[in-house]
Amino acid sequence: MKHLLSIGDLTKSEAILILDTAQELARVSDGPMKKLPTLRGRTIVNLFAEDSTRTRISFEAAAKRLSADVINFSAKGSSASKGESLKDTAQTLQAMGADAVIIRHFSSGAPQRLADSKWMSGAVINAGDGTHEHPSQALLDAFTIRKHLSMGTSDLTGIRVAIVGDILHSRVARSNVLLLTMLGAHVTLVAPPTLLPVGVESWPVDVSYDFDSVLSEVDVVMMLRIQLERMTDLFFPNAREYSRYFGLNRDRLSVMKPDAILMHPGPMNRGLEITADCADSARSVIVEQVTNGVSVRMAILYLLLAGAMDQGISQ
Amino acid sequence: MTQSKYFLSDGLLTNGTSSDIQIDSGYITAIGPNLVAAPGSIAIDLAGSIVLPGLVDLHTHLREPGREDAETILSGSRAGSKGGYVAISAMANTYPVADTAGVVEQVLRLGQAAGYLDVFPIGAVTQGLAGLALSEMGAMADSPARVRVFSDDGNCVFDPLVMRRALEYVKKFGGVIAQHAQEPRLTQGSQMNEGEISAKLGLRGWPAIAEEAIIARDVLLADHVKSRLHICHLTTAGGVEIIRWAKARGIDVSAEVTPHHLLLTDESAMSYDPIFKVNPPLRTQRDVEALREALADGTIDIVATDHAPHPTEAKECEWQDAAFGMLGLESALSIVNKTMVETGLMNWEQVAQRMSYAPARIGSYTEHGQVIAVGAKAHLTIFNPSVSYRVDRDLMASRSRNTPFHGLELPGIVEATFYRGHPTLLNGALTSAVHA
Repeated sequence: MKHLLSIGDLTKSEAILILDTAQELARVSDGPMKKLPTLRGRTIVNLFAEDSTRTRISFEAAAKRLSADVINFSAKGSSASKGESLKDTAQTLQAMGADAVIIRHFSSGAPQRLADSKWMSGAVINAGDGTHEHPSQALLDAFTIRKHLSMGTSDLTGIRVAIVGDILHSRVARSNVLLLTMLGAHVTLVAPPTLLPVGVESWPVDVSYDFDSVLSEVDVVMMLRIQLERMTDLFFPNAREYSRYFGLNRDRLSVMKPDAILMHPGPMNRGLEITADCADSARSVIVEQVTNGVSVRMAILYLLLAGAMDQGISQ
Repeated sequence: MTQSKYFLSDGLLTNGTSSDIQIDSGYITAIGPNLVAAPGSIAIDLAGSIVLPGLVDLHTHLREPGREDAETILSGSRAGSKGGYVAISAMANTYPVADTAGVVEQVLRLGQAAGYLDVFPIGAVTQGLAGLALSEMGAMADSPARVRVFSDDGNCVFDPLVMRRALEYVKKFGGVIAQHAQEPRLTQGSQMNEGEISAKLGLRGWPAIAEEAIIARDVLLADHVKSRLHICHLTTAGGVEIIRWAKARGIDVSAEVTPHHLLLTDESAMSYDPIFKVNPPLRTQRDVEALREALADGTIDIVATDHAPHPTEAKECEWQDAAFGMLGLESALSIVNKTMVETGLMNWEQVAQRMSYAPARIGSYTEHGQVIAVGAKAHLTIFNPSVSYRVDRDLMASRSRNTPFHGLELPGIVEATFYRGHPTLLNGALTSAVHA
C-alpha cells in the first residue's frame, strides 16, 4: 500500500497492523527518549487547505518523533477559482522532493485526485477531505476503543458503538463506520433524519433517531461536532432543540453502561452537543484520543514510508 | 466550379435495402439499386455502411461568443460534422447571453461562415438567463436566425409564473420552450446524483426529485396554456413516467436524452475524476435502463448531445471545483449504436427518427430531418457499424478534450457526412466546408 486515502483501502489485517504498531510506538512515546531515527532525511509536507490545528500538529508531532523533516504548507482558500490549483501545488511539492504529503482539504476526493494524478510521486495521506473521510481519526478512535474495551482480542468484535450527530457532513463518521464494522464492532448512527445521508440504508449500520433508546445499550458513545451554520440550512430548528434530543448531558451520561466510554473527535462545542461536565467526566477519553492520535499517526507514517506495511502483510 | 456530383453505391438504407444514391447540386436526384452514375460524379463505395438522414442535434454548447478558449462555432461545427451532424443548435448560455436578435444573428452568421453544417441559435427565455424577465423572443424569432427553440439551459426557468408566460408567449410564432428541469433549492451546491454513491463519497447530492418536480409542474403548465414544451436531458426513471403520463394525456411535450446518460452511471464518480461531472448528473443503472426503454418506445423523442466543451484546467482539479459537462458530438452515434442498436432495443429507422426526423421537427428546422428520397436536400450521415474505434481525446475535432469516453472502445464509425450534397467528412476525415 502506498497511500492512505480511505479506510476502504485497508484490509482488516492491515488495519490491525497499524493499531499494533501504534501500540508499540506508544511505549516509545512514554519513555524518556521520544524520538526514533526511522524517517531521518525524509521530507513530509503538511498540506492544509482547510483550517485544522489539532490534526496538523498531531501529524507534525508524529513525523518529528520519527525524525522526518516536516514542512507546513498552508494553502488555505486555495482552489482553481481562488488561487493556485491543486495540480500546481502538487507539482511544486514534487519539485521540492516531498516523500509524503499529508493533505487536509475542503473538497471530498482531493487526496484521491492527488494520488491518482501524475502530478507527484510521493505517498498521499488523507488528513480529512470535505465530507468524505478522515481515516487517521478513525484509526485513533479504534485504537482508543480497543485499548479500553477489547477483552484481549486484536479487533473490536462484539463492541457496540453509537456515533451521534451530524452524520451527513461528517468525514469522521464515514471513516469510523467503515473501520469499526470491519473490525467487528456493531455501529448505530444516531441523528435527526435531516443529518443522515440519503443512501445510508446501504451502510452496514443501524440507524436511530432516538438517542435515549440507544444510550443504555452501547459501550462507546462517540459525539460529533455540530456546526451552528447547519441551523440556517434548515437541518434543525435551533441549538436548544438539537441539544434537547441529541446532546449529551448529565442525565444521559448516568444511563450509560458502567464501563462505557465517551469519545469526541474535537473540537467540541461545549454546551451544544456535549455539556462541560460530560466532557470532563471520568467516562471521557477525549484527551486520551489526542495522545493516541500521535501514536497512530506515527504508525501510519512508519508503515507507509519505511515500507514496513508490505512486510507486515506478507508475514 | 466545385464538385457537386457524388454517386454513392451500395449503401444500406434504414429499411434494410441496399441502394445507390445520386447527389447533384445539393439534392438527391436518384435513388435505387443498380443505378448508373451521372457523368462527372465522384464515386463513393458505401458497402457495409448505413445511410441515415443527416443527424440533427437540438442541444449543443458552442461557447462562442465569450469562451472561445473552450470551443468556437467553427471548431464545434467540425466536431459536429465528424459526429455525422448536419445541423446543431447553439445554446444561449454564451457571453453575452443569446437573449437578443443581435447575438443570435451573430451566431447564425458565424455558423454560415464556418460552413460545415447548419447552426441554429437557441434564444434565451429570460434576460441574461436570470429567470426573472422574458427576453425579446419575438425579435429573435423574426430575425434572420428565425429562432424557434428557447431555453435558459444551464439554468432552470424556476419561477412558475415566468415559465407560464414564456410558454404562452412562444405560441405567437410556433416556438417551444426547452426546459432545463432542475429545482434550484433542492440542488444548491449539488455535485452528483443523490444516492448510495454520493453518501459514500461525501459529495452533495442532486436528487432525482429536483428534476421530476419541475417536469411535473411544466407538463401541467403546458397543458393549461396549450403550448409546446421540450424537456432537455431527461435523466430519471421518474421523469420518464411523468412524460409517459403527459403524452398519454395528449400534452404537447417532447423529451431528449443524452448519449452519456444512456451509457454511464453515478458509479463513475467513485474515481473523483470530474471528467464524469455533468449536469444533470449521471444516475443509477435503473435510470439508465428506464431511459433506454423510453427512447426505444418513443416516450423520449430524441437523442441530444448536450455537447459541453471545457478547457483542460476546468476538469484538471478537485471534483467540487470542476465545471459540469462533457463532449458529445463526436461520439454520439457510436454510443447510440452501442446502447440501443447492438442491444436490440432499436433499429436504424428508429435511430433516424430519434436523431434526425424528430429533432428537426421539434426545432422547426424545415430543411432537415427529411426522408431520403429523390428531391430531398442531400443531408446524409454514413455510418459503418461493423468497425470499432478507441476514443482518443487528443484526436477530437472539438477545441476541448473533456470526453468521458477516452480510451473506451466504441462500435461503429461515422464514415462520411454530406451537408447540402457536399462531403464535409469523407473516409472518417474532415474535408472542407461548404461556402455559398
